[in-house]
Amino acid sequence: MSGNSIRDTFFEECEELLEALVEGLSGMEEAPGDMEIVNAVFRAVHSIKGGAGAFGLDRLVGFAHTFETVMDKVRGQELAVDESLMGLFHRAGDFLSDLVTAARDESDVNDETEAGLIKELEAYLGPGGEETEFMFEALTLDMGDEAPQPTRRRFDIAFRPTRALYENGHEPLLLFDSLADLGDLSVTADLSALPDFNKFDPSDAVLSWRLSLVTAESETTLHEIFEFVEGLCTLDIDTTDEPAEAATAPLDLGPVMRPAPPDVDDMLAGDDAEDAMAESPDRGASDRPATSLPGSSKDARGPKPTLRVDLDRVDRLINTVGELIINQAMISQRIEELDLPTVAHLTNELEAYKLLARDIQEGVMAIRAQPVKPLFQRMSRIVREASDATGKKAKMVTVGDSTEVDKTVIERLADPLTHMIRNAVDHGLEKPDIRKAAGKDVTGTIRLSAAHRSGSVFIEVSDDGAGLNRERILQKAIEKQLVAADVELSEPEIDNLLFLPGFSTASQVSNLSGRGVGMDVVKNAVSALGGRVSISSTPGKGTTFTIVLPLTLAVMDGFVISVADQTMVIPIASILETIRPRAKDIHIVGTDSEVISLRGSYVPIVDVAENLGLGDGAERGNAGTLLLVSTETHGLTALRVSGIHDQRQVVIKSLESNYTAIPGVSAATILGDGKIALILDPEELIKLAHTPVHETASQQARMELRHG
Amino acid sequence: MTKVLAIDDSRTIRNLLRVSLEGAGFEFHSACDGAEGVEIFPDVDPDVVITDINMPKLDGFGVIDALRTGPNRTNVPILVLTTESSDDLKARARTAGATGWIVKPFDDASLVSVLRRLTGHVA
Repeated sequence: MSGNSIRDTFFEECEELLEALVEGLSGMEEAPGDMEIVNAVFRAVHSIKGGAGAFGLDRLVGFAHTFETVMDKVRGQELAVDESLMGLFHRAGDFLSDLVTAARDESDVNDETEAGLIKELEAYLGPGGEETEFMFEALTLDMGDEAPQPTRRRFDIAFRPTRALYENGHEPLLLFDSLADLGDLSVTADLSALPDFNKFDPSDAVLSWRLSLVTAESETTLHEIFEFVEGLCTLDIDTTDEPAEAATAPLDLGPVMRPAPPDVDDMLAGDDAEDAMAESPDRGASDRPATSLPGSSKDARGPKPTLRVDLDRVDRLINTVGELIINQAMISQRIEELDLPTVAHLTNELEAYKLLARDIQEGVMAIRAQPVKPLFQRMSRIVREASDATGKKAKMVTVGDSTEVDKTVIERLADPLTHMIRNAVDHGLEKPDIRKAAGKDVTGTIRLSAAHRSGSVFIEVSDDGAGLNRERILQKAIEKQLVAADVELSEPEIDNLLFLPGFSTASQVSNLSGRGVGMDVVKNAVSALGGRVSISSTPGKGTTFTIVLPLTLAVMDGFVISVADQTMVIPIASILETIRPRAKDIHIVGTDSEVISLRGSYVPIVDVAENLGLGDGAERGNAGTLLLVSTETHGLTALRVSGIHDQRQVVIKSLESNYTAIPGVSAATILGDGKIALILDPEELIKLAHTPVHETASQQARMELRHG
Repeated sequence: MTKVLAIDDSRTIRNLLRVSLEGAGFEFHSACDGAEGVEIFPDVDPDVVITDINMPKLDGFGVIDALRTGPNRTNVPILVLTTESSDDLKARARTAGATGWIVKPFDDASLVSVLRRLTGHVA
């Protein structure tokens, strides 16, 4: 393992520790006084410090140390946690996370924030805080530090171990070996304390030694060697500056001491000493299970055994399984084509093969699935920051954070979610006084939930704020010429205006959500993941954004369709219904726009072949088959295709990485007959159909038609 | 080969120890908390134990206590790995039965020299 990969694992571990930290801090709020949780938080910070020290990340070490010291006071029950300290802990945790990121990316962090937080943290340490000043100490002892002397000196050492020295795992012989490395050593054993054979206790310390070392090393070096045994032996070191030749002066040890009884007692009373230690304030919050509070067993929360696997390997496996599914489809098709007289048993086996392949595929996809919890935890920070910046009071509630979603989806959801959460606090929630006047809790609630429903992942961001101000939204949209001034829109349509590019409701740009990014960015990010986002809002009650995402990015259920003479696939998720229109329901509007009258309203028709440049509109007027799709920007639209052949699960192959991006086409797949089929992106396709026409005019026309 | 059992809940520290010690010719074993360390101790039968203090389930003092006074009572050298270098902590470690301590962050050379002093290991 190279230095770099150790560094990588350190940062990976930091992520986990930071997660544990956030979880622990929330836990501290929910169960104040649960020392097991305080300990877990302390350990998380402490481990980050320890690892950071190993890589010389001094800034991280320094901050973690200050943080840890305050946490230690809480642990030692010297410091009570109140709301403001809890807030400080949260902010310190957030900043620690920033420092880790900065250390990893070798980027910079805000010095002022750091100085401010350290000051706030140190305020809790009180005037005595200075003594805990922290610095790393190398393996040296700072006693009797003499000026380095190149001259050789003789050290006469009287060394008498106690029984505890042996019991603590020391071996005098090894000590002597280390001394011998320093220079010329002579050792004489003193056997005078040796008892009679029948009184001999093999575990007792009866031997002592006289050593004479001639070396150029300093006494400090000598003490280093004896560092671990100090207190476990009697040690006298005499220094003589005489030349080595004179080093034979006999040592008078005086009356040889009896094995010191107090030491023996100390060891025998070891249990009591341990108990006393456990009660000392420093260790008040012992890590031992025996002293942990009831109902807070760490074991129950302990992680399940896991295996860390390189992501590439999993992706390779997913790819291979994709091939397997294609292969299975091909075999099925070939056998069908053989037109054998009796294929019943063969079909059964094939069906079993298909199910197995699906099982394998689901199992493999599950490897990539991760709980949304870490993502949600990060969002609690956004809520805190946003409420601080806006002077609003907000708390976050998460639901279903154990819901598992594909890793890539989680990664790519971070930005849109951050934006939505900021919006929810900044635009959604009212100021505390307004909330109070409305009879609401002064603290607003941002609810973030995740759930699996009918093969999709639902993620909802809701606030209990004032709800969308539709009048203002419409007014804004008209001002920005996104819609015509005399347009009449339904409430959901007004709400959806938020997703139009260039729309921003904040009348003044706040330093928070007004960063020139609108909800259209959120929408694009979600569509890029094959999902969609919608809004619902109740005045006075709040607003809910719902993101619906596919479970995986590797396969999807699609309709196999034909367009002109090509076979293509369209995602089933985007299709609301399929229509076989009667010729009399299709109307021509203006010069070349077609609409279909559907249950009393008119829906524009987009010819897929024409828009992909595959036909010249030959099917125009021809009924064909229409697929009704709902788009966020262009409302309901009917896509015309030549026919629908099949419904099946297809493996998504990226076009961009294998060929190049084609507008209106999201990816490709391989069908059972081995042919490549393009997977259509209805949203893009419809956007494409609208580009040549003047945006506003066409939209207006559409709006009018739908309400005409 | 000299066997080391390292007990630390930090994967980073375990990795660092592994690299340093395997490089110096030690046979390296590790456990990620005190309880696991004590559990695998008889099987590993190490020549020296290195343990962190602050760990879940069973802390470093608990490990020392278990190894020094438990059913598998042993006099094997136990080194405490600590970020704190206060005399108080050293005294406590010593009273608990630790053989010595290593202050984090450690450098390879001093780590190996300390282990050599405790085990007589020659690379």
